[in-house]
Amino acid sequence: MSIIEVKNLTKKFGDFTAVNDVSFAVEPGEIFAFLGPNGAGKTTSIRILTTTLKRTSGQVLVGGKDPQKDADGVRHACGIVFQDPSLDDELTAWENMEFHGVLFGVPKKLRRERIEQLLRYVELWDRRRDLVKNFSGGMKRRLEIARGLLHHPKVLFLDEPTLGLDPQTRNSIWSYIKKLNEDEGLTVFFTTHHMEEADRAATRIAIIDHGRIVAQGSPAQLKEQTKTETLEDAFLALTGKTIREENVGATDRMRLRRRLWTR
Amino acid sequence: MDPLIKNMKAIYILWLRQLKRYFRSRSRMIGSLGQPLLFLVALGFGFGPIFQKAGGGSYIEFLAPGIIAMSIIFTAIFSGIEIIWDRKFGFLKETLVAPVSRLTIMAGRTLGGATVASLQGVIVFFLAMVVGFRPSSLAMLLPAFLFVFLVALLFTAVGTAIASLLEDMQGFQLIMNFLVMPLFFLSGALFPLSGLPESIKIITYLDPLSYGVDGLRGTLIGGAHFGLSFDFLVLTVLTFFILALGSYLFSRIEV
Repeated sequence: MSIIEVKNLTKKFGDFTAVNDVSFAVEPGEIFAFLGPNGAGKTTSIRILTTTLKRTSGQVLVGGKDPQKDADGVRHACGIVFQDPSLDDELTAWENMEFHGVLFGVPKKLRRERIEQLLRYVELWDRRRDLVKNFSGGMKRRLEIARGLLHHPKVLFLDEPTLGLDPQTRNSIWSYIKKLNEDEGLTVFFTTHHMEEADRAATRIAIIDHGRIVAQGSPAQLKEQTKTETLEDAFLALTGKTIREENVGATDRMRLRRRLWTR
Repeated sequence: MDPLIKNMKAIYILWLRQLKRYFRSRSRMIGSLGQPLLFLVALGFGFGPIFQKAGGGSYIEFLAPGIIAMSIIFTAIFSGIEIIWDRKFGFLKETLVAPVSRLTIMAGRTLGGATVASLQGVIVFFLAMVVGFRPSSLAMLLPAFLFVFLVALLFTAVGTAIASLLEDMQGFQLIMNFLVMPLFFLSGALFPLSGLPESIKIITYLDPLSYGVDGLRGTLIGGAHFGLSFDFLVLTVLTFFILALGSYLFSRIEV
């Protein structure tokens, strides 16, 4: 059985169709890349899959459960690393983990064991008592990944996990993710704008544009289909070269202001 | 795990988070004591002689419960509004994708905010004692604390409800100037409610903080204008109503 099944998924915001009749499936143990230009419908799809947004029509099953009917079931099955930071800066690394573990109902003994194991895994155990506000971008990302795994999800969702990170940090983050995938058989669903990342890590890719899936397959298949050398060229061949304008909402404005502040 | 225990634990960890944040931001804690201290000293000693001459007795005694109420409402509304910050810094998303109901999240947050605001009220109570305030009866301190907590709970819920409607902090100034300040100044925190012109009287009677201030004054120095049981009734009913409204608005937040 597929771990993620999406059939004819559509999401409309008023007159605007953000996701248009999208279908795909992700098998257990896959690293699945969901690629597309800005505003193509990636984050909207992830939000529908992870229960924070209701779909207009279509069918969605994550870990065999419908996000709209059994939200808590899906939430237990998903680990999520959001596009934007989502840690409490005023808490320590350990407290952020503890908070997540309690909210997900992980029993105390097991929780403590896993927190230690995961923090050691992402090499933050020595910094567990430090406030997150003193962490670098890469450390925060690693902590978020560790946190997303604390309740032993079946699928790890990563929405642009390497946004704004330097190549060294990107590399180390991907080595953690790939190791988890190989050792634990964890299914990974991610989005990125770095095509070489997708090329290197993904077993399968879906390219979405204007809310529709325009191509699906392994990186090699996509390059073959478009007769191109690199995934970046394949991506451009499939989605065109027009630059997309995204509507700037309040959240984006805040995001921008936050960037100005925290620089 | 038993769902009830699971929810209790979730409420506890949300509550604990608010407290940890409060104790860690010492500058905010100390900063928020400056204003009540200024009001107590400047108004208390400034208007004291006139108040005395007019036959009102000690103004510090009269003013202190009002200033305690002020510090509670400011902290409480701010705690509720912190949801906007959580949204901005992304932490709200993390909370909302947990397998916990929105009602539980709202309960944990509101209890946390109300606890912090109550603590702030207690600190200002001791600050007022330093300036010369003396409660008339020690036995009434427990009911006084009940009013402290009720006011804190009510206005944290107000803050949460407002925060659920706002997308960013741009409306914050508006709320301060058109909600929090009028609530405070028109509550009888600074002046007696008896003998007011009719129009002002109606406004003060509509201000929920009036009943909080009156309850505090009644328990701390005696002589409640509306009567303690009436104050308690109004605050309780209103708190339930705002909590229900806040829960509804909070349940509609999309992240």
